[in-house]
Amino acid sequence: MYIGKGRKRKVTITAFLAPTVAGFLLFSLIPIARSFCLSFTSWDILQPAEWVGLENYKALLGSEEFWRVMKNTGEYIVLYIPLMLISSLALAALLNRKFAGVDVYKVLFFLPVLTSWVAGSLIWRWILNHKYGLVNILLGHIGIAGPAWLDDKYWAMPGVVLASAWKDAGFFALIFLGALKGINQEYYEAAEIDGASAWRKFRHITLPLISPTTFFVAVTSVINSFQVFAQVQIMTYGGPAGATQVIMERIYKYAFQFFKMGYASALSWVLFVIVLVITLIQWRLQKRWVFYDS
Amino acid sequence: MIAKRAGVLRTALFYVTISLVALFMILPFLWMISTSLKESEAVMVLPVRWIPEKISLKAYRDLFTISTVVPFHRATLNSLAVSVLTTFVNLASASMAAFALAKFDFKARDKVLFAFLATMMVPGAVTMIPNYLVLRTLRLTNTFIGLVLPSIYNAWALFLLRQNIMALPEPYFEAAIIDGATPFAVYRHVVLPMVKPILASLGVLTFMGTWNDYLWPLIMISDPEKMTLTLALGNLNSRWGQKWELLMAGNLISMLPIVIAYVFAQKYFESGISVGGLKS
Repeated sequence: MYIGKGRKRKVTITAFLAPTVAGFLLFSLIPIARSFCLSFTSWDILQPAEWVGLENYKALLGSEEFWRVMKNTGEYIVLYIPLMLISSLALAALLNRKFAGVDVYKVLFFLPVLTSWVAGSLIWRWILNHKYGLVNILLGHIGIAGPAWLDDKYWAMPGVVLASAWKDAGFFALIFLGALKGINQEYYEAAEIDGASAWRKFRHITLPLISPTTFFVAVTSVINSFQVFAQVQIMTYGGPAGATQVIMERIYKYAFQFFKMGYASALSWVLFVIVLVITLIQWRLQKRWVFYDS
Repeated sequence: MIAKRAGVLRTALFYVTISLVALFMILPFLWMISTSLKESEAVMVLPVRWIPEKISLKAYRDLFTISTVVPFHRATLNSLAVSVLTTFVNLASASMAAFALAKFDFKARDKVLFAFLATMMVPGAVTMIPNYLVLRTLRLTNTFIGLVLPSIYNAWALFLLRQNIMALPEPYFEAAIIDGATPFAVYRHVVLPMVKPILASLGVLTFMGTWNDYLWPLIMISDPEKMTLTLALGNLNSRWGQKWELLMAGNLISMLPIVIAYVFAQKYFESGISVGGLKS
């Protein structure tokens, strides 16, 4: 049933939609168009914009920096996704039963999620300190001399990944927990009668039945991985020697520190295209491993 | 008897495991608290003392008094103001539009919905630069209004609310209209009370997101007096990157409000997360 009749109806609809439509035009539609146009100009705030065609795109695809940034992001994804998936699934499995104090443990697992990226990154910058950081002190106890982490161009990105996985695990654990709770217990009972081991039950019942959630988590976190910013800005500032430069950090610096608005806009469109293509690919691949129990 | 004992053992083993995992997750926070309570000279000393020899609150005092730092009480109030405003603007605007798109029939409705849906695919990185430029033209950089204004459009919250409003039972609307309620009265007294749980979840999610946001305030605000907590922390980090006790004390203060809120409203946070889980 729909509300409203007569002349006043239009006024009412307009009034209710006005803030959102104004926001849509001012902060979404026009900016998208404007950003697209900007990406073909050389605008740097000081000098008037000049149309340069595809120059920005050519320059960025031809630059060593862009490919380094892509490689860095690739490294982040390859390390982060498995680490995050395994740890969040493990946390979810621990929480997926009735026991006294479950809410307390939930709070503890969830603390990193509540923390801002800035605060979380600051803690990890200290924890990964070469000499006085907690990680290297603990490694020292078992006889391993830890690397210089954020000051070492090979270990900086793994350090950023550690911080990110720690911060995100609790969030995705709650999402996995929802999926685990949704599994019909009869499957497990039947498997137990057949004498299946815990591992086989996990491998052949749990994993397939939560695969839609795993798919969702994978897609979301790959998209998020392309937009990492605060961790890098706080922990390494893109260093050492550009080893942790990522695309959002580049966009921010080009736009708001070097004022190369045209170039930065071009970068943001490249980011959009990458995210779009990757999402489409993942969508295609889901048939191969995602199992929908209807 | 043996089975019972095995059960007890298994429970004990479970608690040991989950407690170790929990300890591992909060170790960084314990480390943060420990550092924040140390005197400057005691921070970089080996072997590590988890409980400082002399507990000092100097770092916390410094946060509120050193004049070159953004005063932390100021930054906390700024964060609070910005987060409350953003949450309110976001929920008010999105719920109004959701009501119009769910309960009124008009020609352009599906086209409007489709346009909103399409913009959800574009990442924030694309709109960030032009949004800054628009607000600069309007002379709204360095203001809270400028910081908050873009949240007037939130396609995702709008969709979620619209789906929920569509699912509300019809008789309530019929009764309200027979009683001669105006559309605004229907929105205010039928729709809003009935979508309260989803509003609460969305509100918690928006509040938390704004409280913890860094990039947008970093772009918009340069006046120290108007900096939010994340900016104040970022500032502290670039000025006193090695004063760990100061940084960790600032961290703790920036976390406290949200952690307290979580402990009291765990239910809404969790439903907020499951709602957030739908966002893709």
